Amino acid sequence: MAVLAAEGSAIDALGQFRLAHGLGEIGGAVNFTNANEIMLLAGAVLLGLLYFGMKPRAIVPGRLQALVEYLHDFIYNMCLDQIGEEGKRFFPFIFTLFTFILIGNLLGLFPYFFTFTSHIMVTGALAILVIVLVTLVALRIHGLRFFTYFFPAGVPKLLAPLIIPIEILSYLSRPVSLSIRLFANMTAGHVMFEVFASFMIMLVGALGAFGYVLAVAPLAINIALMGFEILVAFLQAYVFAILTCIYLHDAVHLH
Amino acid sequence: MGKDQAGGDQAEGDRERGAASFEARLAAARGRQGLDRPVAASRGTDLPANALALGLRVGVELASALAVAVAIGYGLDRWLHTRPLFLAVFVLLGGAAGVMNVWRLVGPRAARGRR
Repeated sequence: MAVLAAEGSAIDALGQFRLAHGLGEIGGAVNFTNANEIMLLAGAVLLGLLYFGMKPRAIVPGRLQALVEYLHDFIYNMCLDQIGEEGKRFFPFIFTLFTFILIGNLLGLFPYFFTFTSHIMVTGALAILVIVLVTLVALRIHGLRFFTYFFPAGVPKLLAPLIIPIEILSYLSRPVSLSIRLFANMTAGHVMFEVFASFMIMLVGALGAFGYVLAVAPLAINIALMGFEILVAFLQAYVFAILTCIYLHDAVHLH
Repeated sequence: MGKDQAGGDQAEGDRERGAASFEARLAAARGRQGLDRPVAASRGTDLPANALALGLRVGVELASALAVAVAIGYGLDRWLHTRPLFLAVFVLLGGAAGVMNVWRLVGPRAARGRR
């Protein structure tokens, strides 16, 4: 959530998503933005969590180690459940994807932090990465038989000119829906924060002391919203990861 | 590691048996205390639990297929100078693809096998 700024009476709900240069002079020269800063931070937080979490290597884990083990098992089981035996090979990829998005979503909830998952450039790049990987995996395993995917067995031959374009469009819409879902959820949540926070400032500005009393209502909404956003942060990372697993399942098994 | 092979196997077997019985006793104790949540019926599906999330999923599935189709149709028209032929065709196909995406999402399990 970026700085709350109600300039005049207008609510600047989208200003928080504006990119700025990070790291002072050097950042300006190489186009290193505040989004990149948070991405690096997310990577550092993840590596730190894994390193310090697993350092004790205790049989009975402490809190941090239990967290890391739970995270590992959660994704590992998701890979096995959704993809099957071959899921083990994709576990590192899914784990990285899930934790990067999750930590990015959660870091974005802190004041003055930038939410990089609220940019469709970022989610779009991740989705394209996923879909290119899925297609390459399918081509590697099945070769040219992959293209039978677009014409399911049991469909009358007469319908081929209709079914094949629809199936291809459905396949191509995957990265779009994958990226829009994450981006829209994060953007919507942060816009709501900004709007209700602006209400507080506007109430105080317009009504003075009485405004402070009324401003409790938007504050209460924002507190409830924070709980909801933490849920959304987990849910969207989970949805992104599980859909990637489902696409990989299709690529590996090719019904 | 000073033990002979048979002794090592013996100890290994004991430990395994101990672990298995521990798991069994733990499961029984958890059952008595009601600590284990029943396995969710929705396991293995990716359907969102609440209505708002489901509605959002369906909307995004519909819109994204249409968006891809419109982009392809518009691109083909620009390339071949046939506006609005491909745009019209691809809007229809995109709508159908969107409905198919939604059907795969919420349809019966047989249809959901392929997503």
